[in-house]
Amino acid sequence: MSTLLEVTGVSKAFEGVKANTDVSIRVNAGEIVGLIGPNGSGKTTLFNSIVGYHPVDGGTIQFAGKEITTLRVPEIARLGLLRTFQQTRVYKQMNCVENLQISTPAAQLSTASLFVRVPKPVTEKAEALLDFVGLSSKRYLLAGDLSFGQQKLLEFAMALMSEPKLLLLDEPTAGINPTLINGLIDRLRRANAEFGVTLLVIEHNMRVIMNLATRLYCLAQGKILAEGAPEAVRQDPRVIEAYLGGH
Amino acid sequence: MSSTPRWLYVVLLAVGVFAPVLLPQIASQLAFLWIMVVFALAWDIMGGRMGYNSFGNILFFGIGCYALAVFQRDLNWGGYWVALPIGLVFAGILASLAAVFFGVGMLGLREKYFAVGTLGLGVAAGEIAASWDYIGAGGGLSTTLMPVAGNANVYWAYIAFATAVVTFFALKRLYVGRIGLALGAIRDDEDKAEAMGLPTTRVKTLAWAVSAFPLGVAGGIVGNMQGFIDPRDIAFAGPTYGTWMILMAILGGRGTLWGPVLGAFVFQITKELFWVYLAEWQRIALGVLIVAIVVFFPRGILGWARERWPQRFGVRVVETPA
Ligand SMILES: Nc1ncnc2c1ncn2[C@@H]1O[C@H](COP(=O)(O)OP(=O)(O)OP(=O)(O)O)[C@@H](O)[C@H]1O
Ligand SMILES: [Mg+2]
Repeated sequence: MSTLLEVTGVSKAFEGVKANTDVSIRVNAGEIVGLIGPNGSGKTTLFNSIVGYHPVDGGTIQFAGKEITTLRVPEIARLGLLRTFQQTRVYKQMNCVENLQISTPAAQLSTASLFVRVPKPVTEKAEALLDFVGLSSKRYLLAGDLSFGQQKLLEFAMALMSEPKLLLLDEPTAGINPTLINGLIDRLRRANAEFGVTLLVIEHNMRVIMNLATRLYCLAQGKILAEGAPEAVRQDPRVIEAYLGGH
Repeated sequence: MSSTPRWLYVVLLAVGVFAPVLLPQIASQLAFLWIMVVFALAWDIMGGRMGYNSFGNILFFGIGCYALAVFQRDLNWGGYWVALPIGLVFAGILASLAAVFFGVGMLGLREKYFAVGTLGLGVAAGEIAASWDYIGAGGGLSTTLMPVAGNANVYWAYIAFATAVVTFFALKRLYVGRIGLALGAIRDDEDKAEAMGLPTTRVKTLAWAVSAFPLGVAGGIVGNMQGFIDPRDIAFAGPTYGTWMILMAILGGRGTLWGPVLGAFVFQITKELFWVYLAEWQRIALGVLIVAIVVFFPRGILGWARERWPQRFGVRVVETPA
């Protein structure tokens, strides 16, 4: 398997708070990798560092063989590395279909294409993806009128619409009705298997991540505490200690 | 947006075509009415659709004023009637180029920083124009008069009407394109748009360039129509034209197609009535009107109407069966 994302020794501090210290992780093409850790352990910070949201204090990040440590958010996104937000972000005054229509791969948005109508295949794909995440009946509602959980699903669909190589999901099941979680796990798997999207998933729900991930990393106090097969990581005494003693 | 009733087009067309000949004594007010429509429509591209409140769009108007006047003075290709359309297009292009040029610095600013930055741009332009001898400096610049017998304003009313019509339909077409969605995405959440890889810088620059073009043309028209360009009171008149363009878009309903048109009509007609019936008090009345607009109609007439009757505006409020 080829390496898609290689994070090497990345550190990031906020005014003295060491959010990430010497973090190294690797994601291979085609994998579903989980990232767990107690609240405040630095998971979202690591995502932000990877996608270029803020400069890192040290370390390097490579994506698809390309050095991206100093690239900014839009440049990295255009390489096919996308993230969803823990506090969902959708275009609230636009309806669901429109949210997807404008989420096509950046390569398809030439200057000339901006001046013409949304091509029919794009709209069809948007409808299909809304169906995929179970939002078909809401397709003409404004995204801002959706519930938090529905916005999570919409944001997931938007990410798929832009056909990323690697998708970083920040707590995809948070706020999702427990009865729908199994369906969501299934969709994440299908996104991986059928659409070929490699996933790196932050998740607090242990049942979900055990079901989903092929490998796990555990962060605690900004450092990688353990990595490996999901079951092994879960039973690692240091991981148990971090979760119980962390706060 | 739902489809526009046909009678509205018919009425507006009738006003545009017949009013100047039937009411030549108010031809200049009519010309200004259409210029106001252009002002509001152009401002709304940035302020309404994209959520970027530009206080400096007057810059493009002023550039247009001088561009046409200098073109007529120094080149005047093919005589007046050939040079006029070429010069108007030249005025628009120059304004668009200025938008691209200044966009590099300004469009990196967000929200109030953008508003203040653009405000400074408009003021600075006025000061520069007032000290630049080539364009008459503080003394202003006289423009070429239209070589017609009788009331030139009748002609200007038609030229302004045509400009408004072209602007309206060009924007109508633009907004159904992908860029319409891109503008909405930037308005709703620019960070998200960036994170999705949307070429936001390109979209913003294009939007500003597009809004600058009709303003440049409008500047050319007004400068010529007045016969004289004062750098601060006409070309870069931020406190009047520059502020009005924002108010009209807000009054009618920003981010809607007809809002800016409606806002321009209501504002221009009210303003003219104030001027006629409120001698001495017109400026105060206008000030009160402006405050009232911002306080009571923050979402504008159409914004308010859309909230009350969403279906009429094509907003589907009920769920559709899957
Ligand atoms: N922009 C910021 N400025 C200052 N401190 C920050 C900033 N972002 C994160 N931190 C701090 O860095 C630490 C790690 O935060 P982070 O959001 O990465 O945690 P997390 O693992 O995602 O937590 P959770 O599971 O609660 O989402 C926390 O102590 C947080 O307060
Ligand atoms: Mg987090």
